[in-house]
Amino acid sequence: MTTARTLTTVTVVGASLAGLHAARGLRSLGYDGRLVVVGEERHRPYDRPPLSKEFLTGDGDPGEGPGRLALTDPEEEAELDAEWLLGVRAEALDTAAGEIRLTGGRALRTDGVVIATGATPRTLPLPRLDGVHTLRTLDDATRLRAALRAGAARVVVIGAGFIGAEVASSCAALGLDVTVVEAAPLPLVPQLGEEMARVCAGLHARGGATLLCGTGVAGLRGSVRVTGVELTDGRVLPADVVVVGVGVRPVTGWLEGSGLALEDGVRCDEGCVTALPNVVAVGDVARLAQPGTARTVRAEHWTSGMLQGAVAARNLLAGATVEPFEALPYFWSDQYGARIQYAGRRASGDTVRIVEGAPADGGGFLAVYERGGISTAALGVDRPRPFMRLRRELARAPQPAGR
Amino acid sequence: MIPVCRIEDLPEGESLRVEAGDATVAIAVFHTDGAFYAIDDTCSHQDASLSDGWLEGCYVECPLHAALFDLRSGEPTCLPARKPVRTHAVTVVDGMLYVHPAVRTVPGEPVHAAPEEAVA
Repeated sequence: MTTARTLTTVTVVGASLAGLHAARGLRSLGYDGRLVVVGEERHRPYDRPPLSKEFLTGDGDPGEGPGRLALTDPEEEAELDAEWLLGVRAEALDTAAGEIRLTGGRALRTDGVVIATGATPRTLPLPRLDGVHTLRTLDDATRLRAALRAGAARVVVIGAGFIGAEVASSCAALGLDVTVVEAAPLPLVPQLGEEMARVCAGLHARGGATLLCGTGVAGLRGSVRVTGVELTDGRVLPADVVVVGVGVRPVTGWLEGSGLALEDGVRCDEGCVTALPNVVAVGDVARLAQPGTARTVRAEHWTSGMLQGAVAARNLLAGATVEPFEALPYFWSDQYGARIQYAGRRASGDTVRIVEGAPADGGGFLAVYERGGISTAALGVDRPRPFMRLRRELARAPQPAGR
Repeated sequence: MIPVCRIEDLPEGESLRVEAGDATVAIAVFHTDGAFYAIDDTCSHQDASLSDGWLEGCYVECPLHAALFDLRSGEPTCLPARKPVRTHAVTVVDGMLYVHPAVRTVPGEPVHAAPEEAVA
């Protein structure tokens, strides 16, 4: 490949939030060469967060395409002036030849690459039966939405992470009988710490769903259609629909043999740049170095995906890392009528202090995580205004060493 | 026209949410930079209440995804929002604040919301 300073073709592999924002970033920084966007899905870029929430519960016909979830409109697409290869998979990257091989063997010559292939749901070693779903794409959500409205009465959600909880909440809102099965003794402990995880786990009961923790899934009942879920503790939960929400894994299979470092994601420096200055990675698939530490971080947050695109585009055009990605991690989750918001970099062992409200009352509250007297993160439930104030303070404040 | 509150009940830097008569649309009313402004309360990007947003001068930041809206025009100034929110006229009569819900806003021709009385 040629040096990044003379890029004539940049290919963005992945046509979702992060890839789109990288494409936008390239254009807004003045890149006027050929821009190709490859997307495995047949849809133009759309917003995924609503898929587990209002898309499932909303009235009316969601239609065929992204509709209201579209991230672009025709006017903006015309401005982007990109070639969209949708419904096309990238199968391999040959960095020496400067080529991406696509489905069907077609080769795409390119001298700059943005890897934005995202992540795909993890699966369990279970038989393939009708009625068993995962949720990542618009097509997944369309199938699940139809299944939930086709006379299903009992839903079992496997995994009580944010996606599992949001799907369970949506099912409860649709009036279905919902049980959530979580292998860990308590969900969300890695994200929120034990104390706050316990509070958030209480939302399931508040919303009318049953949460079963500390038990795995042994198998499924049913021959063609699923009829139940067998737990490792011997119980069997009757089910018309099963949703598996046990996390995601980054989509890097197509990069095997490319020479790029792959370790649960595409290894990058702090500016989304890989070992090759003309190959960058953004979004769920990117594993960024954390300056000053030996650690790397792969974030599956919507906001990171959106913001990394601009940083990666700038570094790609500069031919070197001139800007690090330093945004404070942030995520939110809407479940059972509550809005959870988290920002910061908590670590195991940080203490947590309630600064507003009282979790015990079942209402909203605001909590601050601290280490050595320094705030490291904030968690809000139905406290959008004060949470935002804390989020801004955290973004400005120095973090404890090594965060 | 919707009565909102007495002007002394909405101090500088504060905001509140009112529902239009038919409750089909919620309106966020702000007191900032010495004036009152009213815009649609729901962010044009995703379901979030702009009256909960962060005020800086004539801009409000959405509390969910940090999209910025210009209170004077309803136009977003940065992503993720791409569509404007409607602006609504505000008047002050005898110390009482009123919002006049816009029937519709012609894209690109935002209705300006300027108070009839300067409020220090």
